[in-house]
Amino acid sequence: MTSLGNTHKNMPANPHENSPGQDVLLDVEGLSVDYGTEADPLPAVSEVSLRVRRGDILGIAGESGSGKTTLINALLRLLRPPAQVRSGRATLYPRSGTPLDLLHADAKELREARWEQTAVVFQSAMNALNPVSRLSAQFTDVLRTHRRMPKSEAREHAAHMLELVGIPAARLDSYPHELSGGMRQRATIALSLVCEPDLLVMDEPTTAVDVVMQRQILRQVIRLQRRLGFSVVFITHDLSLLLEIADRIAVMYGGRIVESGPVGALYRDPRHPYTRGLRDSFPPLRGPMRKLNGIPGSPPDLRRLPPGCPFEPRCPYASSECTTAVPELKDHGADRLVACVHADTLPVPTVGGRV
Amino acid sequence: MTPEPHPSSRTPADSEPAPVLEAVDVTVHYPVHHGPRGETVHALENASLRLRPGRTVALVGESGSGKSTFARTLALAQEPTSGSILLHGEPASARGRRARRAYARRVQMVLQDPFGSLNPLHRVRYLLERPLRLHGSVTGREDVEQRLRALLERVRLTPPERFLDAFPHELSGGQRQRVAIARALAVQPEVLLGDELVSMLDVSIRLEILNLLAALRDEEHLAMLYITHDIAGARYFTDEIAVMYAGEIVEYGTAEDVTQTPAHPYTRLLLDSTPDPDRMEFLAGRTNDVEDTAPDAADDDYGEPPDLVRPPSGCRFHPRCPFARPECSTDRPPRVQVADGHWAHCWLLVQPAAEETRAPSATTPEMTL
Repeated sequence: MTSLGNTHKNMPANPHENSPGQDVLLDVEGLSVDYGTEADPLPAVSEVSLRVRRGDILGIAGESGSGKTTLINALLRLLRPPAQVRSGRATLYPRSGTPLDLLHADAKELREARWEQTAVVFQSAMNALNPVSRLSAQFTDVLRTHRRMPKSEAREHAAHMLELVGIPAARLDSYPHELSGGMRQRATIALSLVCEPDLLVMDEPTTAVDVVMQRQILRQVIRLQRRLGFSVVFITHDLSLLLEIADRIAVMYGGRIVESGPVGALYRDPRHPYTRGLRDSFPPLRGPMRKLNGIPGSPPDLRRLPPGCPFEPRCPYASSECTTAVPELKDHGADRLVACVHADTLPVPTVGGRV
Repeated sequence: MTPEPHPSSRTPADSEPAPVLEAVDVTVHYPVHHGPRGETVHALENASLRLRPGRTVALVGESGSGKSTFARTLALAQEPTSGSILLHGEPASARGRRARRAYARRVQMVLQDPFGSLNPLHRVRYLLERPLRLHGSVTGREDVEQRLRALLERVRLTPPERFLDAFPHELSGGQRQRVAIARALAVQPEVLLGDELVSMLDVSIRLEILNLLAALRDEEHLAMLYITHDIAGARYFTDEIAVMYAGEIVEYGTAEDVTQTPAHPYTRLLLDSTPDPDRMEFLAGRTNDVEDTAPDAADDDYGEPPDLVRPPSGCRFHPRCPFARPECSTDRPPRVQVADGHWAHCWLLVQPAAEETRAPSATTPEMTL
């Protein structure tokens, strides 16, 4: 990132004021998103800051209504009214080209950045392909538009991408309905990577498939990620899945990140009571069992968030200080951030729902 | 911390109560509507199962494996092509309104989606009152009110007055599913058939529902069928597990036997595919999880479930099975007992290879994902 003298018209006055360093691909600071009117706002995402490093898989875990999808929709500029970014900043530092202010880029800049720098695989990935055109057309369309590639070369590249995800090149001229569900899912992933983006966002990409297929797809994504070097933001409600595939995890609750850190440490020693409860909500597959209780209560109503910590009403460790102010996301050493006043004093946890 | 007994800690040996509901060699073939005449979907083949009071059996399998067809057949919502359903040993029938109603009083089904299964136009009170009035012998306003409260208390929706006059949209997913369960319980059934009861709920509240079902099973001696694709959840809360693949039950045993010493290669694949954070403990770091050894992605491709219009000959798993032998593609594997109350359909169990004591579990390193 040496192009300090960039002339990007939409960049903040001094984009490198807080230049996050070479290894950061995406830098988000203080992002807040509201739904609803100014008079009656619903804070879906509140003051989220996060960084995605090059070549990393960042998992974002959270339950329905935690704000995880709103967060990435804001970053990808896919929000629709009444959703609205209230504050914050998000900068993408692509390998090539100038940094991009994601929240303020104009239509032309977005068009250029999409596919080339950011790509996304949605929850219903299986149905994301155009049912009335052949795979070849959908691949070459992207390549011809973004890369101005001649048709024959585009076809060749498309075949190569399909083979990378284990689909024979002979299927290039198939229609989506001629492929099995798993193949469609993999074709969608291949398509998203066709311009070798720096960032691949996956929003619950495997919730519609069963565990056997899920594992195949995830292994493929990790293999491709190793080979092509892109970063992944992986969104899911399934913490146990993230623990296996992610490098780092950010846990969201009530629109905020409540804890983040490297996956191993987060699993072995979660410092936020919610992370701990979530981790212990998955019955173990092996080893001894004891009764698990999940997390009593329900996720917060974003219209009636408590004045203090959003998790306080369900928290077994809550005290009076939790009810007055929202705890800040504080540095907890070893690359970890925790938003809990009791982070230092939580008892040593048990591992994996075991005693 | 003293470990509380987890919900399926009882052994199967402690008395074998007579089954309430039994499926004997049930086969369901659906006609194919948009295709050559005479073609059928072989959705369920020769499935047998016994549901006993106070016991829970899990039906575990991929989507399309026939789990829901089986549940619908047990609820007599689907007529079996062959085979029979026995209630207390007598062939069950839902021919005619009276028989159907009498059957529904004893066998109730709870569906996956509590957002779709509760009529949004009615309050909880109405939703729960209807089964009471249709099936029960309620004796007036006072009696109804009392039973409604008791029902809500049974599913831990307390205080009842907070929920009685609520509309479904005012409740959370977990609360709605509790209402759906309460509605099923209203008729005092003997059997509860649950189809993916918790899969649409948030992870943190699933356990509460599973614990509630376990309590109902133990306190009210309900016989329960729990359909799921989550084998870890099945291990947590059910007594026995039936693993289904492509319309067939391929393995059956106690929850511990099936999950800890699986006998069928498909069960192995299912277990190995299930996210298991504890596995991390055995890895030096995450990066060891996936070795980039294969240039093409074929090695971890176990294919997909077969087309049930033309199911594979022999063992239906053989096209995906890393241990398939010649006989697997020609003859249907017999049922082989591997332990007391634990059996599987697999040729490997009939003729174990020389060095294998108990195939496939002894020789699956290459299958470990």
